[in-house]
Amino acid sequence: MSAHALELQSVRKSFGNTAIIRGVDLAIPRGERHAVIGPNGAGKSTLFNLISGRYPVSGGDILLNGESVTGLKPFEINRRGLSRSFQITNIFQRMSVFENIRCAVLWSLGYKYSFWHRLGGLKDANLRAEEVMESIGLKRRRDTYAGVLSYAEQRALEIGVTIAGGAEVVLLDEPTAGMSRTETADAVELIRKVSQGKTLIMVEHDMGVVFDLADRISVLVYGEVIASDKPENIRGNKAVQEAYLGAEAD
Amino acid sequence: MPGARSKLRYRPLNLARWLIWGLTALVMAVLPQLFTQGFALTLMSQMGVAIIFALSYNMLLGQSGMLSFGHAVYSGLGAYVAVHTLNLASKGQIWMPVSLLPLVGGLAGAFFGVLFGYVTTKRAGTTFAMITLGIGELVFSCSLMFPEFFGGEGGVTTNRVFGEPFLGITFGPSVQVYYLIALWCLLSMALMYAWSHTPLGRIANAVRDNPERAEFVGYDTQRVRWFTLIISAFFAGIAGALGMINFEIVTAENVSAARSGGVLLAAFIGGVGFFFGPIIGACVFIFFVVALSGYTQAWLLYLGLFFMLMVMFAPGGIASLVMMQVQLVARKRFGRIAPHYLGAGASGLLVLAALILTVEMTYKISVDSADGALMNLFGVEFDAAAAIPWAVAGGLWIAGGWLFNIARKRVARVWGEIQAEFVEGRT
Repeated sequence: MSAHALELQSVRKSFGNTAIIRGVDLAIPRGERHAVIGPNGAGKSTLFNLISGRYPVSGGDILLNGESVTGLKPFEINRRGLSRSFQITNIFQRMSVFENIRCAVLWSLGYKYSFWHRLGGLKDANLRAEEVMESIGLKRRRDTYAGVLSYAEQRALEIGVTIAGGAEVVLLDEPTAGMSRTETADAVELIRKVSQGKTLIMVEHDMGVVFDLADRISVLVYGEVIASDKPENIRGNKAVQEAYLGAEAD
Repeated sequence: MPGARSKLRYRPLNLARWLIWGLTALVMAVLPQLFTQGFALTLMSQMGVAIIFALSYNMLLGQSGMLSFGHAVYSGLGAYVAVHTLNLASKGQIWMPVSLLPLVGGLAGAFFGVLFGYVTTKRAGTTFAMITLGIGELVFSCSLMFPEFFGGEGGVTTNRVFGEPFLGITFGPSVQVYYLIALWCLLSMALMYAWSHTPLGRIANAVRDNPERAEFVGYDTQRVRWFTLIISAFFAGIAGALGMINFEIVTAENVSAARSGGVLLAAFIGGVGFFFGPIIGACVFIFFVVALSGYTQAWLLYLGLFFMLMVMFAPGGIASLVMMQVQLVARKRFGRIAPHYLGAGASGLLVLAALILTVEMTYKISVDSADGALMNLFGVEFDAAAAIPWAVAGGLWIAGGWLFNIARKRVARVWGEIQAEFVEGRT
C-alpha cells in the first residue's frame, strides 16, 4: 500500500478558457492533518470538488491509497475511503439527526440497497449512529429535524455525516465558516477528536484554526501550490507572506 | 463508547402499530357484512385496488421524490400479463389459481420496471417526469399496434371462474373477489410499510431530500431510484391484476395517461408526506369516480375543484390535516377549536350547496336539456330555467360565503393562538 493516503499529480481544471487549477502536485501521508489555505478565488474548493469527484479533472491524476480515482463518481470515491464535508451545510434537512447519521453509515456496514433488513433491527448501524452522535455532541438532539438545528449544530452534524461511514481520508471544506469564537473553539476540538487516526485535509480561512490543527499546510494561489510545509515554516515563508498572509496582515 | 452502548434500547414490539394493523384487518373483514349491496362491494373492491396502486405510486412520489406521469404502464402491463395467464389457465394449458394471479401481475410489473425504469431513472426531477410521460404514451400507442397482446380497442376479456371450487371458493360472487382483494391489499400495505423502514426505503428518502449528499455517503442515486421503481412497479402490477380479476377485462385504458394522472391525483389528495395519505386519497378518489359519477355528470368538475382546493389550501393532503388535529388532541387543545370547526363546516355546507345547485342547473340547461329543464336535486323537483332556483343559489352563495368567511377567520385566530402557546412552551 502506498505511503500516501492521497496524491495529486499535475491536476488541472479549466472552465472554458479559464484555468482554475494549474497543475497541482500534492502528496499527503497517511494520518496527517493537512490544511489548504489561500486567498479567495485561489481554487481551494474547486480542488476539493476535483478530489471528491464532484467535478471531472481537465488533466492529471488523483491517487487514493495508491490507486487512481480520476474520473470516478463521488459514490465510487466514497466507497474507496474518502469522505467530504461542504462549505455550505449539506445534510438531509427533513430527517432527524439520528437518521442523518444512520444514512451515512449504512453503505459502509454492507447494507447497501437492502430491502430485506429492518432498520430497527440493524444493531450495528444503530449503535454506530449513536456513537457518532455522541462524539459530535448531538445526542440530546437525536430526534430533532436537521433543518431546525442551530447553525453550529448543523455544522457539527455535517462533520458527523462525513465521518460516520468510517472513511480513512476526510476532506473538510471550511468547517468553522460563519461560527462565533466559542463555536469555533468547540469545532476545533471536535475536528481534533473525530480525525484521530485519519488523514484529514481541510480548507480553512481562520488562520488560528489552521495553525492549531494542521501538521502541514499547503498554500494555493491562483490554482498553484506555492508552498507546502510545516506550519512554522509556512509562517516564515516569504512567498506566502507576500501572496497571502502578508496581504491579510495589512 | 460504553455510555452509548448501555443507553441504547430496542423496542421489539410496538403495540400501537399492531393495534392499527389489527383494526385495519378487522375493518376489512367486517365491511362486507355491514354493507351487503352489490354497489358497496364494487366500491370497496375498487378502493382496495386503488389503495395498492396509490401506495405503490407514493413509493415514487412521496418517498423518493420521483414525479411519474406513467405509473399506469406498470399496473396496466401487469394486468395484461395476468389476463393472458388467466386465459391460459382456464383453458388448462398452464396451472395457475386465481388467488395467485396478483403475484403474476406483480412480477410482470417488476419486469417492465426493470426495463423501462433503467431508462427513466437515469435522470431525476423534471426530466424523469417527462421521460415517464413519453414511456406512457409509447406503451399506450403500442396497445393499438399489437392487438394480439393488447386485444385492440376491445381489450382482452376473461372469465375468472374456472375449474373445481377450492373450499367452496370459485371467485364467482363479488364478495369472494372482495376478500381476495382485501387480503392482497392488506399484504401489500404491510410490505410497502415495511419497505419504508428498510435501508433502501430510508436511502430513497435521503435521495429525495438531498441526492448530492446521498452520493457523498456512498450511494448511487440512479440505482436507488431504479430499485425503488422496480419494487413500486411490482405492487402496481399486483393492483393491475386485482383490477383485472374484479372487472374480467383489460383495455388500453389500463395503460393510459388518464389512469396515470388519476393515481397522481389520489396520492396528492390523500397526502404524499404520510404513509397513510394515499390510502385516504385512493378512497376519496374512488368515491368520486364510482359513487359520484353515478349521481352526476359533473363529477369530474367536482373532482377537479376538490383537487385544486387541496393544492391551494392543504398541499400536504388530507393526511396532513388529520395529523394537525392529532397534534391538537394530543396537547388537549382540540376542544377549544372544535366549535369553530363546526361553524366553518356548517357555513361550508351552505357554500357547497350553492356550488352544487349552480353546477347542476348549468349542466341541466347546457348539456342535458333535451328533455326540458325540469330537474330533481336532493329530492326536490324544480325548473332549472326558472328564476327562483337561481335566486336561491345566489342567496346561498352570499349567505354561505359571508358566514364561511367569518368562521374561517375565527378558526385561523384560535389556531394562531394555540400555535403561539406551543411556541411559548405552554403545552
